[in-house]
Amino acid sequence: MSQHTVLRNRLSQTVASLKPSGIRRFFDLAASMEGVISLGVGEPDFVTPWRVREACISSLERGYTAYTSNAGLLELRKEIHKYLEERFFVSYHPETEMLITVGASEAIDIALRAIIDPGDEVLVVEPCYVSYEPVIRLAGGEPVFLRTNAEQQFKLTPEELEAHISPRTKAIIFCYPNNPTGSTMTAEEWSKLLPVIEKHDLLVISDEIYAELTYGRMHDSIAALPGMKDRTILISGFSKAFAMTGWRLGYVCASPDLLAGMLKIHQYTMLCAPVMAQMAALEALRHGQADMERMVESYRQRRNFVVQGFQDIGLACHEPEGAFYAFPSIRSTGLEAAEFAERLLMEEKVAVVPGDVFGDCGKGHIRCSYATSLEQLQKALERMGRFVQKVSAK
Amino acid sequence: MDRQKQRELLRLLEEDSRRSAEQIARLMGVSQAEVEEAIAALENEKVIVKYPALINWELVEDHPYVTAMIDVKVTPKRDVGFDEVADRICRFPEVQAVYLMSGASYDLSVVLEGKTMREVAAFVSQKLATMDSVVSTATHFILKRYKHDGIQFEDRDEDRRMVVTP
Repeated sequence: MSQHTVLRNRLSQTVASLKPSGIRRFFDLAASMEGVISLGVGEPDFVTPWRVREACISSLERGYTAYTSNAGLLELRKEIHKYLEERFFVSYHPETEMLITVGASEAIDIALRAIIDPGDEVLVVEPCYVSYEPVIRLAGGEPVFLRTNAEQQFKLTPEELEAHISPRTKAIIFCYPNNPTGSTMTAEEWSKLLPVIEKHDLLVISDEIYAELTYGRMHDSIAALPGMKDRTILISGFSKAFAMTGWRLGYVCASPDLLAGMLKIHQYTMLCAPVMAQMAALEALRHGQADMERMVESYRQRRNFVVQGFQDIGLACHEPEGAFYAFPSIRSTGLEAAEFAERLLMEEKVAVVPGDVFGDCGKGHIRCSYATSLEQLQKALERMGRFVQKVSAK
Repeated sequence: MDRQKQRELLRLLEEDSRRSAEQIARLMGVSQAEVEEAIAALENEKVIVKYPALINWELVEDHPYVTAMIDVKVTPKRDVGFDEVADRICRFPEVQAVYLMSGASYDLSVVLEGKTMREVAAFVSQKLATMDSVVSTATHFILKRYKHDGIQFEDRDEDRRMVVTP
């Protein structure tokens, strides 16, 4: 008894009260089984393009193994500056408004830590990536959740935003194109939110890690809208666009005062991002465009394939315009998402992720990553069709 | 079907010529009829020439064969240039490919397949070298094929991802 108490007190209350990720349990289950087709993988199924890997190897051979400046190689920041300007019409200065991070994950962490005082509220647009809430809590803030739904293609509306603002609201964080829904926001849809954001003087943390993965039209960054650059902390990275998840390389852009704050945290906790990953990223930006376009085309084809497939087996699915996830509704089966996912795994050996892992409003949905081979997708759809029929018949 | 879609259709077929029109239609988000119509038109225009399989013959037992790349220097002829001699070479079934080259010390590059080196050598000395316009030949045998028509025979990029990630 006394030993138990001692052990529990060794962790801070904040950390002890964090919920473990809901994805973990499914990972453990699925990993222990054989013959599982996984639609649960939140990363590209491509290996990093060879030219990028080769550039990294060559940099090692030439002896690039030392620290870089805290903010990252200036050469790389200049390249990112050019890239963001050309592709998304946003312009952050490479020397004073940009910082290379260890994945977009670190960028999310330092952005939140740089702006949150104890008790500050941060609006979180759900469903969303699993790390926003815990990172806000670790920084001493209070997450306040905004809901989106399938009827509105999981887009954020000004009404929903306005309804959750309090005197303590400091910032809003979201991710479009969205993980887990694949939903996107157009410039027009952003512009409807601007009056509310400006009226309440909110900071915006825009996680744009899936920016390159849009189908049919280019991604619109909220930072590109008039007056938004200085209040937006733009976060992105190389993981999704260039299939570089394991390299852990991202970046964050913000006005000089905010960036200086983030740089303090980054220099004391991380020092700098790994130089070999930075060298690889340089090659990705300079010569990786064709490889990226090939991958995007393939995702788009597979998206068309699975969305049609879900409709065929009787699962309503809005058309995701970005990322590589479909987020079909499973309400027609009468099962809760967790039960659906667990039984589907046990009975048909297909792994999907229950939607409520990504927030309360993800209830009744499952996240299916289509970043897997067409053959696997086809088989998964057959198995899921059989399962849906079986559970719906009862 | 617009040009962009047509290109996409061709890339899909090039990747796997056995894809059904139905699957292609689903991948592209267009109707099956539209795909069938486009394929028929492309076949008609000879844009799509054939639907062969890419075979790794090195894995087939009791199928001895060798491939040679032969540099052929020729004298072009008035009016027909290199086309006439190239066409004559093409007609031999053992000839896999014929290209007119720039910047080399030879003119035609010929890819030839035979059961043995002796068979290839016989073809070169008896058929190729004896043609009127052929000035000289140089034969290089292929020892191993690593990549052919954009396909790598031994691909080491396996899926090493974990089964479920956020």
